[in-house]
Amino acid sequence: MATTVAPRAPLIGSSPKRKEDARFITGKGRYTDDINLPGQLYAGFVRSPHANATITSIDSSAALAIPGVHAVLTGEDMKAAGVNPIPPGWLHPGIKISEFRPLAVGRVSHVGNAVAVVLADAPNIARDAADAVVVEYEDHPAVAEAIDAIKPGAPQVHEGAPGNVVFNWALGDADVTDAAIKGATTVVTQHLTNQRLIANAIEPRASLASYDAAADELTLYVTSQNPHVHRLIMGAFILGLPEHKFRVIAPDVGGGFGSKIFIYPEECVVAWAAKTLGKPVKWTATRSESFLTDAHGRDHDTNVEMAFDDAGKIVALRVKTVANLGAYLTLFAPAVPTYLYGTLLSGQYNIPAIHVEVTAAYTNTTPVDAYRGAGRPEATYLLERTMDVAARQLGIDPAELRRRNLISKDAFPFQTAVALQYDSGNYEPALDRALEMVNYPQLRAEQAVGRTKGKYMGIGLSSYIEACGLAPSHIVGSLGAQAGLYESGVVRVHPTGKVTVLTGSHSHGQGHETTFAQIVAHELGCSIDDVEVVHGDTGRVPFGMGTYGSRSGAVGGAALFNSVQKVKEKGRQIAAHLLEAAPEDVDFADGTYFVKGSLSKSKGFGEVALAAYLAHNIPADMEPGLEATTFFNPSNFVFPFGTHIAVVEVDIETGQVRVVRYVAVDDFGNVINPMIVDGQLHGGIAQGAAQALWEGAQYDSNGQLLTGSMMNYALPRAEFLPMFETDRTVTPSPVNPLGVKGAGEAGTIASTAAVANAVMDALSPFGITHLDMPLTPARIWSAVNDAKAGN
Amino acid sequence: MYPASFEYHRALSVPEALALLELYGDEAKVLAGGHSLIPVMKLRFASPAHLIDIARIPGLAGITDGESTIHIGAATRHADVVSSAVVQAKAPLLSEAAAHIGDPLIRNMGTIGGSLAHADPGADLPAVMLALGATMVVTGKGGPRTITADDFFPDVFTSALQQGELLTEIRVPVQGAGSGGAYEKNPDPASGYAIVGIAVQLSQAGGVITAARVGMTGLGPKAMRLLAVESALTGQGASAATADAAAARAADGMVFIDDSRGTAAYRANLARVHVRRAITRALARAVV
Repeated sequence: MATTVAPRAPLIGSSPKRKEDARFITGKGRYTDDINLPGQLYAGFVRSPHANATITSIDSSAALAIPGVHAVLTGEDMKAAGVNPIPPGWLHPGIKISEFRPLAVGRVSHVGNAVAVVLADAPNIARDAADAVVVEYEDHPAVAEAIDAIKPGAPQVHEGAPGNVVFNWALGDADVTDAAIKGATTVVTQHLTNQRLIANAIEPRASLASYDAAADELTLYVTSQNPHVHRLIMGAFILGLPEHKFRVIAPDVGGGFGSKIFIYPEECVVAWAAKTLGKPVKWTATRSESFLTDAHGRDHDTNVEMAFDDAGKIVALRVKTVANLGAYLTLFAPAVPTYLYGTLLSGQYNIPAIHVEVTAAYTNTTPVDAYRGAGRPEATYLLERTMDVAARQLGIDPAELRRRNLISKDAFPFQTAVALQYDSGNYEPALDRALEMVNYPQLRAEQAVGRTKGKYMGIGLSSYIEACGLAPSHIVGSLGAQAGLYESGVVRVHPTGKVTVLTGSHSHGQGHETTFAQIVAHELGCSIDDVEVVHGDTGRVPFGMGTYGSRSGAVGGAALFNSVQKVKEKGRQIAAHLLEAAPEDVDFADGTYFVKGSLSKSKGFGEVALAAYLAHNIPADMEPGLEATTFFNPSNFVFPFGTHIAVVEVDIETGQVRVVRYVAVDDFGNVINPMIVDGQLHGGIAQGAAQALWEGAQYDSNGQLLTGSMMNYALPRAEFLPMFETDRTVTPSPVNPLGVKGAGEAGTIASTAAVANAVMDALSPFGITHLDMPLTPARIWSAVNDAKAGN
Repeated sequence: MYPASFEYHRALSVPEALALLELYGDEAKVLAGGHSLIPVMKLRFASPAHLIDIARIPGLAGITDGESTIHIGAATRHADVVSSAVVQAKAPLLSEAAAHIGDPLIRNMGTIGGSLAHADPGADLPAVMLALGATMVVTGKGGPRTITADDFFPDVFTSALQQGELLTEIRVPVQGAGSGGAYEKNPDPASGYAIVGIAVQLSQAGGVITAARVGMTGLGPKAMRLLAVESALTGQGASAATADAAAARAADGMVFIDDSRGTAAYRANLARVHVRRAITRALARAVV
């Protein structure tokens, strides 16, 4: 479809307030835990206190003796009933797949691994009874760190994965990279870790299942970012339920950040137990359970070599990463440290030779999967941190070093050395604008003066790119994805001209009820209040791949855009018929069809919709009704980009870091609702800055999670951060009709490196070139103290 | 998370609360704001069979301006301590420190007595009470008795309250002309509790420090006075040099823990830095 949107259109590009917020801020949201069904039982899970152990016995008798307890079910019960393990959704050659049973059979592999479930009349009874189930274990040594797991003699997580290696994966030309590094003037080497993070969506995971025996239909309400994917995998692969007898509803969902993409044990157990017992079953995670069982993110250990010629141009990049995937493979886990990471290692730079090797390891820890950005923050942090280390080593200003290596705006579409072809880009204006906003030369001068007075200010740049709009089905299929990554969108016009939109995208904070209504209302010339957006229900929406990877606008929005074009075109045929004009002589603007050059001959969109449904007077060969469906399958990813700059002050006496300014210049292509995009960006920046400064999951050597609560896992708070200063450049994407690029993860991807670089810049007078995150006051003070002591 | 089942009792007078305490003994816990107790019950780290709610006892909350003493009812909310004109005028160190507790939700529910009786080693108020030389009034079957702040925090999560006693009032000496106080807090980014909190209250006359009390929280098993710092201040000139010299004594005789959150050397450094900063600010305020 060649149609594109005019850049200064009235609704697209404007910022109406979010339609959904009225119910959210008045407590009228309808989340899974708000839904109750008559006679429902509550599930309470018995979880392993050990990281690596054999289950020797399970005694349920005391639990069953508690009044109000209906059943205690175990992994053996589920296995005997024919329930299958949870499969990963992305495969690599030679991958060793773990047996991820919804309830463990024989062996537990991380603390929190579900062992049995209690079903009771009330949630507190379920908790009491779960505590009363006596499980005996034979405890084995555990391993928590990936680099330890792949050492010879390490405790074995799964028998089927020798040496705990899930897979080895590589991308790029090793020989060319090797030769380029050997011939380089300067080779910058760095070891860095990208620590494990815990998503902590504000709404804990929850599920509620109900089986209708008369209809033989199971309905599952679940906190999902992608309910159709849940239905497909749970139905076809785990529980053996036919799709047409299985309805999955993801109602209001309070945040996901990736953690609600995956198929989790608890929802499989709830669905199976509801059918098995013939009663509705409900479960809502406690925050403690969220910490222990929601998939974690990141957790890389990397060695990088970046090679330069004598002009400061990068000639090669070699990356070796060990990725911790935890105890089991969840849905996207194999893709995150590979195709969502290695392919992004060219960043905004023209790097002729790149080679990346990834070893993925099993450990006795919570599974690791996609978390906001998923692989791309790891790639950006690696690249941008190394650029700053290189700038220091080469004696070149970090902004200048980036500028020298940017891909030229004339080089698009640009083929990188790591498989991707960037659709469009123009990187230098965003860099220039960000430098202008902070008044870079003056800031550097202030920094120099401050250092003479014991004031340690640091400036950190991060020029990022992300691949989003996950994306071309044939490409992801060739790379191991077990599904296509298109999206569906239905535009259903009712006889009065009001519109219902069905989208396969899922909103769990993104604001689709507003932005998608804007797209449709803009095109039809109606109010956004005349457009209702329906999502999250496999019983209403034809199909959907869901929301993650900043794909909703670029893929789901594009599907709706194309459907609305089909509707408009059918309307034009009807209008032409009613106006007794040739269709090619009829135009549509502001909700009215009119004959070109004769504006008095017109029909309103509502009149045409009514005509379509009355069918008294429509073209002879036309079906009645006014509705269109599109499955939009994009030809490429979209590649948003930008430059962020953080300014920090380090209190050298205590190691405390204060972020004093944060400037973000982003290019998301065309923007549908600038306010919502700003909101996405702000939250993302906070999340990314938090990785740099505060967040980090820690395990002890026995595989016990040391940071299992809000008391010891530090999430960012508003008071920790300054007001963000944002601006945008606009380079529309050519791969979707809206020209949008995706904005949901950019803040997170960019800000970690920007803040970390700023801290390292502040510490540069002490000769400190790199510290691993989180950059806690204790870590900073110790490094400064060591540096002062000449260590 | 749901706590284990318990019986809830709402006491409407101090004698009623004491009678319930006697009846249920160590199966009972006193509930005021609940912001420390309820979370540990939800995690099932504590499962008391009886909760005795004292938050609604008439007269147990409120701030009274006495001649030389401010009387603060044990059930007074932190937010009311922060906003009290009496406290702001006559013991500003306390209102400054109370504003650092938790967040607005916690300050609107949590009580001064609950915080002190809980004796969390990272809580703000114990250090402040030490610096102010406050006195706790505790009431038992035999009537009220007083305990000085110096004696009120004997150990980790342990106060000097005996079984069957209730903390009913906190008496804070009015800080007169020439006295100045300051609270320096370095909060843990996750919990908001003090990694270190230093409360200083000192007096000066004619450029000489005539009295100084320094309380520290966060760095040890309990809040404690830094006596070496106090003696390095008292009788010395009110100067930056004195602040430096006194701060250098902040870690004297202390054994700091060494863990993944920081080395012992780091913690000793924090003690010295924050003591110096608190003294410096207190000196600036100690003007006649």
